[in-house]
Amino acid sequence: MSKKTNTAPLLNMRNVHIKGLSDEKWVDIINGVGLDLNRGEVLGLIGESGAGKSTLGLAAMGFCRDGCKITDGAIEFDGLDLLNQNRQQMRQLRGRRIAYVAQSAAASFNPAHRLIDQFCEAPLKHAVMGRAEAENYATSLYERMNLPDPDEFGLRYPHEVSGGQLQRAMTAMALSCRPDLIIFDEPTTALDVTTQIEVLAAIRDIVKQFNTAAIYISHDLAVVAQMADTIKVLLKGDEVEQATTVKMLKSPVEDYTKSLWAVRKYARAEQQPVASLQPVIEISNVTAGYSPRQDILENVSFVIHKRRTVAVVGESGSGKSTTARVITGLLKPRIGTVRFNGTPLPAGYQDRNRDQLRHVQMIYQMADTALNPKLRIRDLIARPAAMYLGLSGKALNERVRDLLRMIEMEPDQYIDRLPSELSGGQKQRIGIARAIAAEPGFIICDEVTSALDQLVAEGILKLLDRLQSELDLSYMFITHDLATVRAIADEVVVMKDGLVVEHGPKSEMFVPPHHPYTELLLGSVPEMDPKWLDRLLESRGVDNIGDAAIARMK
Amino acid sequence: MITKRVALGVLTLILLSLLIFLSVEALPGDLAQEILGQQATPEAVAAIRRDLGLDLPPHTRYVNWLGGMLQGDFGKSLALKRPIIDLIAPRLQNTLFLTLYTACIAVPLAILLGMMASLFRNSYFDRISNATALSAISMPEFFVGYILIYFLALSGYFPSMANITPSTPLFEKLYACFLPALTLTLVVTAHMMRMTRAAIINILALPYIEMAHLKGVRPSRIIFRHALPNALAPIVNVVALNMAYLITGVVIVEIVFVFPGLGQLMVDGVRFRDVPVVQASSLVFASAYVGLNLLADIISTATNPRLMRRK
Repeated sequence: MSKKTNTAPLLNMRNVHIKGLSDEKWVDIINGVGLDLNRGEVLGLIGESGAGKSTLGLAAMGFCRDGCKITDGAIEFDGLDLLNQNRQQMRQLRGRRIAYVAQSAAASFNPAHRLIDQFCEAPLKHAVMGRAEAENYATSLYERMNLPDPDEFGLRYPHEVSGGQLQRAMTAMALSCRPDLIIFDEPTTALDVTTQIEVLAAIRDIVKQFNTAAIYISHDLAVVAQMADTIKVLLKGDEVEQATTVKMLKSPVEDYTKSLWAVRKYARAEQQPVASLQPVIEISNVTAGYSPRQDILENVSFVIHKRRTVAVVGESGSGKSTTARVITGLLKPRIGTVRFNGTPLPAGYQDRNRDQLRHVQMIYQMADTALNPKLRIRDLIARPAAMYLGLSGKALNERVRDLLRMIEMEPDQYIDRLPSELSGGQKQRIGIARAIAAEPGFIICDEVTSALDQLVAEGILKLLDRLQSELDLSYMFITHDLATVRAIADEVVVMKDGLVVEHGPKSEMFVPPHHPYTELLLGSVPEMDPKWLDRLLESRGVDNIGDAAIARMK
Repeated sequence: MITKRVALGVLTLILLSLLIFLSVEALPGDLAQEILGQQATPEAVAAIRRDLGLDLPPHTRYVNWLGGMLQGDFGKSLALKRPIIDLIAPRLQNTLFLTLYTACIAVPLAILLGMMASLFRNSYFDRISNATALSAISMPEFFVGYILIYFLALSGYFPSMANITPSTPLFEKLYACFLPALTLTLVVTAHMMRMTRAAIINILALPYIEMAHLKGVRPSRIIFRHALPNALAPIVNVVALNMAYLITGVVIVEIVFVFPGLGQLMVDGVRFRDVPVVQASSLVFASAYVGLNLLADIISTATNPRLMRRK
């Protein structure tokens, strides 16, 4: 894809240093990173959260978020020194020659205006084209991106279209002035896998078509492998290494890069299914919804055995979390029952006794919001131990310290900290400790690793695995990430529109034949092979991916 | 959506009217006794009670009273022996005039200042406008009024008395009411301005504002076009609250400037135990409150596409 020319690169960043204000102190975010980008070339930026990917991407537009500043280095775009332009000159560039596609289209579109008005804003304000011409251009881009009803699409408000459509609309908006460079900042991270494919296909098609240069920021290697010609790996504001995509995937040089690559290979051995024993959790024929007129779940049944992990997979809105709410008693099912060790659990949590409550615990996706920010670690973990097991005084203190040791956090160091003084992975560990403090038989893990970086997520999965065998736990693992399923599940339940469409041991799940939806789900997970997307599009066809493919199943 | 909100508003008003009626009902003493005072013979009291319909059961009287109100019949003032509608109408007109006058100065001023403060936040402009608005709101209303009289009326620029009548020509009215309107502006501006500033600053931290910056949109356009429409709901609500306050709560300013408004009428009604007048003005105040808040809710719903156009 890359076309090397002898002219100067389109974007040239040299030794860029960026500092950010944190607790009234300036800390380094980027320590002297440089890059070259030619016209029509796509550079992938890889790294974990806090690596400075977004900061560097925004710096390529000469933009710094509040509380950040570029302290050193040079950024040159098409011969213009971006650090020495006045504000008006910078505004002339942004949106017109350099455009940005943000991670969350839902948050980055203004909810008060129609899509077409937001599309036309940049071309009109930069006087690139008139209103009618801009609208026509929008329609043609919408069409090219396989958006439904391209003529009418722009008349909708952002909340009226789906997440994947919105992300494509944002890519279209970035193209509105036919820019030379687009910064894609994790444009598919918030999307389901099947939706992600549509967006990836659209972005790649457009980048090729218009010969636009792009910086593609992501933490997902497999995604970047599809998009980029060159990959640069960042770690805490430093460049680790840079190489062409093929070379980077085949033979990474640095240890850190190798460790990133290795994460995706973690998988524990599948345990043999237990058929004869009494299941720990038995969900039978559950039909439930939030309003009496509309059922979200329809006739859902599956069982979870002792010391087994059942992964429940499906896209947003498929009923995974609703199933969890029924099991915990937060939502009473209209029909059907949930049994624990053979005894039916009362439908509402209010009617369950303390022991029944104790045995069903939850770990949440956002440890940030699930932990009370005003309580110290000691109290967060002590509360369930005191409430369910009646511990107090010295015994309670010992128990809390034991629990901290079990989650591999040194008690003396962490017991008196506040959640805000922990990293994301540590917070999630506290969430785990709080769940096992109740000594439950069964834990629901609701997307527990999806907000975490891959290396951290791997640590959490290994911890959960170890605790399972030590404490005889059963897990229900809600996730949309099939790599996680591969890593930890014994059995898999695939849900779609509130129905269980497939159910079986993991080893069978990853081997055909499948239900067409499972097939689509599995097929949509990006692989590390840079040719994967090409092959997929070739075999399925551009019109048979994502929502379009799901619509065909109905 | 909006129909539901209107229905709720009407229900609130009915409940309020019931509350007003019942609280007057619960007052100790007998109205007829009160009117007759020293000359209360049992026969005279009974006659008056019949006359006023006080011998009817409470629910009949409530329905009669409310029904009369709806048809514009507010009953008769006990103290002045005149139909209440004749007392209230000119006063209400005056009060609405002053409210509108103040609103025309205060609302654009407050929103403009609020937007500019958010645009230049933490600048000297921001600090000075904040400090000024806060000092104005911190002083008692009568004090602000007297200070304005001292500086602007004693030197002869504006009249200190605003005793207008409905027949006063418009320009004269505006001139006569300038000081009370200015006083009230100083009182209500701070609240609206600070809400505008806070609402907009809140929104300026959102991703779609960053997106607008990255599209090369000018800062002033970002405030007007990208932030303001999304900040409208809290702003409109606080404006409505202040308008309602201007209608119902300005009796002190009315007294300072000898302004013939509704507040004074109600205070007089209370002083002379003129129960029907108190009831009627309470209901007018309540309607203003409910009506304005209803209007605010309708505006914030109608300007929010997420509420107006559901999937």
